[in-house]
Amino acid sequence: MTPNFEIKSIIQYYAQWIREGKLKVNSDWNKDLKVTFTVQDPCQLVRKSFGDPVAEDLRFVVKTVVGEENFIEMYPNRSNNFCCGGGGGYLQSGYAEQRREYGRIKAEQILATGAAYCITPCHNCHAQVHDLSDVHGHKWQTVHLWTLICLALGILGPKERAYLGEDLAEVNMFHPEQE
Amino acid sequence: MAEEAIKLGGKKKSTFMDKVREMLPEGGNLNLCLTCGACASGCPATGLEGMDPRKFLRMAALGMDEEITTTPWVWMCSMCQRCIYVCPMKINIPQLVYYARQSWPREKRPKGILGSCDMALKHDTCSAMGASEDDFQFVVEDVLEEYRAAQPEFAEMEAPINKQGAEFYLNQNSREPVTEPDEMVPLWKILHLVGADWTYGTKGWAAENYCMFLADDDAWRHIVEVKKKAVEDLACKVWLNTE
Repeated sequence: MTPNFEIKSIIQYYAQWIREGKLKVNSDWNKDLKVTFTVQDPCQLVRKSFGDPVAEDLRFVVKTVVGEENFIEMYPNRSNNFCCGGGGGYLQSGYAEQRREYGRIKAEQILATGAAYCITPCHNCHAQVHDLSDVHGHKWQTVHLWTLICLALGILGPKERAYLGEDLAEVNMFHPEQE
Repeated sequence: MAEEAIKLGGKKKSTFMDKVREMLPEGGNLNLCLTCGACASGCPATGLEGMDPRKFLRMAALGMDEEITTTPWVWMCSMCQRCIYVCPMKINIPQLVYYARQSWPREKRPKGILGSCDMALKHDTCSAMGASEDDFQFVVEDVLEEYRAAQPEFAEMEAPINKQGAEFYLNQNSREPVTEPDEMVPLWKILHLVGADWTYGTKGWAAENYCMFLADDDAWRHIVEVKKKAVEDLACKVWLNTE
């Protein structure tokens, strides 16, 4: 079963491309807005695959895109982070009530940061953290990193904003006529 | 004082934990538990079904096979491995959970996970939502065409499919092409701007693998083999996992 290719995460490349100057992104868009962000370390990406180095890549990308002063760490984090409850098949298991109870720790971690957004660079995390927000009174928005990178670059169109809150719905709009 | 040492009768019967230990490298350290509780105190699944990781391991060690192979708690543990991370003896409790899942008759395992695995076995796309090769290609081409026209700055943007020798083979969770295709576009834009040499494959593109969560080894292996072959057939250097 040994593959003759490498297995990597797009997060590692986002970081590499920013360092190499290929991805020319910055946080100017958020200088005055000061919208705050926290980040979920996906278990599969960090603890189970690439370890703390990829968690550092993730923070480097996030801080570059939203501004270091607008980033709030949740605790514990990196390899010691709590699973959100979206993994292991939980979302399809039929145990929704237990899944939300499991996710209570994650919801409290996010709420403790007071951040307006939780960045979830994993599909299962995104679905679960988004659902947890629903059951905890929508106190935070749940976004993919690709959305924020394109927002910062000024190339995010009206149909690519499904997960942005009202505060960012119109910010840096690209081709508003596409609607 | 007793004259003789007390003798425990009979040969120790083989338990579920013994079987699992034989399958794991280093025996998964399953018999090294210090009962400290670091696992249970930092586990979000602690308390569900009156269970926690330490209790689960102790019950296994005590040979309570019936209880641990029937508790639905094994589907409420996400196998996130935080318990291993904090364990001073690095005991592989999630692997024990995995084999406990496997001890359930296949048809009795959670319907949603079972259905997602079976759906993924239908096409070589491995899509748990049942999207076929043609479905995927149609959506990608359709969305690309729309955005090239609507956003002229990206008229040259590509979303290659089955491009031989591309550096990156990009996978994609089924939810995007099936239910929210616009979400694929920001990633395509980033790849376009950095000049990445990438491709999707009509085979093996789906990122999810519910057969692993179902603890169905044969189906899991099948899914991984199909995906591996897809990357190798296109001679890509990197299998790139998306967000």
